[in-house]
Amino acid sequence: MHPAPSIIIFTVFSGLGFGLMAYLGFDTDPLRGWNVLPYYLIAFSLSIGGLLSSLFHLGNPQRAWRALSQWRTSWLSREGVLAIVTLALNFLFGLSLFFSLDYSKNLGFVSGIFAIITVFSTAMIYAQMKTVPRWNNSGVPILFILCSLAGGAIIMGDFKLGLIGVILSTLIQLLVWVRGDKALKNSSTNISTSTGLKNLGKLRLLESPHTGENYLMKEMVFVIARKHVFKLRILSLCFLGVIPVIFLILSLSVGFLIGLAMISYFFGLLISRWLFFAEAEHVVSFYYGRG
Amino acid sequence: MTSLPRQTDKKLGLAIDLDTCVGCHACVISCKEWNTSNYGVPLSDVEPYGANPVGSFLNRVHTFEAKLEERPAQIIHFPKSCLHCEDAPCVTVCPTGASYKRTEDGIVLVNEDWCIGCGLCAWACPYGAREMDEVAGVMKKCTLCVDRIYNENIPEEDREPACVRSCPAGARHFGDFADPTSSVSKLTKERGGIDLMPEQGTKPVNKYLPPRLKNDIAQENFDVLRPLLEEHDKNISGFLSWVDKTLEKF
Ligand code: SF4
Ligand code: SF4
Repeated sequence: MHPAPSIIIFTVFSGLGFGLMAYLGFDTDPLRGWNVLPYYLIAFSLSIGGLLSSLFHLGNPQRAWRALSQWRTSWLSREGVLAIVTLALNFLFGLSLFFSLDYSKNLGFVSGIFAIITVFSTAMIYAQMKTVPRWNNSGVPILFILCSLAGGAIIMGDFKLGLIGVILSTLIQLLVWVRGDKALKNSSTNISTSTGLKNLGKLRLLESPHTGENYLMKEMVFVIARKHVFKLRILSLCFLGVIPVIFLILSLSVGFLIGLAMISYFFGLLISRWLFFAEAEHVVSFYYGRG
Repeated sequence: MTSLPRQTDKKLGLAIDLDTCVGCHACVISCKEWNTSNYGVPLSDVEPYGANPVGSFLNRVHTFEAKLEERPAQIIHFPKSCLHCEDAPCVTVCPTGASYKRTEDGIVLVNEDWCIGCGLCAWACPYGAREMDEVAGVMKKCTLCVDRIYNENIPEEDREPACVRSCPAGARHFGDFADPTSSVSKLTKERGGIDLMPEQGTKPVNKYLPPRLKNDIAQENFDVLRPLLEEHDKNISGFLSWVDKTLEKF
């Protein structure tokens, strides 16, 4: 699939923002007053920034409000609704912390839960796609959620949860790659089922419907960077796992290094999310001689 | 509403005969012609006369080669457009309600005034039957010529999809698959019509009639010219006949 920057930014930024909200919501001994303000500012900028970026992917963004209507069937619609509810809940909870009101732990808990469900629904937009076997995998929502929680913990400077989050999310990322690499083969779709011509023997595309490109090929038969996949995966593992772990451990003696862990993790996420799209094979490729 | 109807009264669709299609792309062109000036925004082209022309089409013809061992290769032209699936995944993923399946005849349509151009429905369709219009930013797809088949302003013989009407080989058939006595239902039954990618669970309405295995001329020792030559041999007389007979003696 075509790795559109707007969508990569949308999933990474909003994921981190909601992960941070989840941390703040679940915190048993939360910060108060001015101390909590910067964290909520970061959380809201990330999540709202990410959501706005997704609008750039649309052909007619001025009608985006319509996307809130079909939550009964559509994960994209659910994501929109949940994101708004989560933002509202966290705004309330953040205010109660800021004004050091007699805040309600339950409100924090609910805000955190909604933040996680929102990330889950973001992941489900992709994981629901039967047409993209690499995505149609229970590991995908787990990965999205773990990445956002780990990111939230590092932003909060939480060494222990940050370290656990980084290690777990990197492991799950590996698992998602390993599983994903077999997904297209293991799915029962192939050129025989897509054309129904299996009794005629070995099939290949002889002529494509036209000499140029089309929307489908640009959007779904994206193959440009597949040859760099291995290198990019190594890079992603370094930035996502190895470097953050080193900086997290070093941060025990030199505190500010946790900031470098965060920067590295952020770049790792961008690379891994780029790969998530670029590597994904859509079954329509069988009609275009790729697959 | 992007919930799918539990059942539709009719199941309008196409039976496409892969044995008959000659790959002339007439359906592609007449589809583009009709649909660029009727339902919804025009089917735009970008850089139509430039180096890399692209444009939206609702119907495209692919060509495959099939080869069994010890047999000559066989060419199959493969027209593909929306199959108006009963369990259309493109409809349920749509966040705006722009994509819907009609209860009365099962046609899957896009309401272009509601479509935000997110492209999710095109991702969800396994067949590549939806294309985003680059100029208007809305999703385009086969309407089964909903503006022809019920159109009382055009002659009755034109009230079928443009692709069906224009196919010079008669490879495309239009009808109601819910009615077991309809021509398309009968054709599908007789010819063992198949679903594309049945494992995707979309339950396509359109059916494909599989091609026959072509004759293997080499193996059947079949000589196209033989009957003509025999005829010719019989009629030989005079000098040539004398040459022929003389030569045969050696
Ligand atoms: S062929 Fe594709 S666009 Fe048409 S109804 Fe089926 S899934 Fe939807
Ligand atoms: S592109 Fe339009 S029709 Fe398709 S899912 Fe998005 S809003 Fe619905």
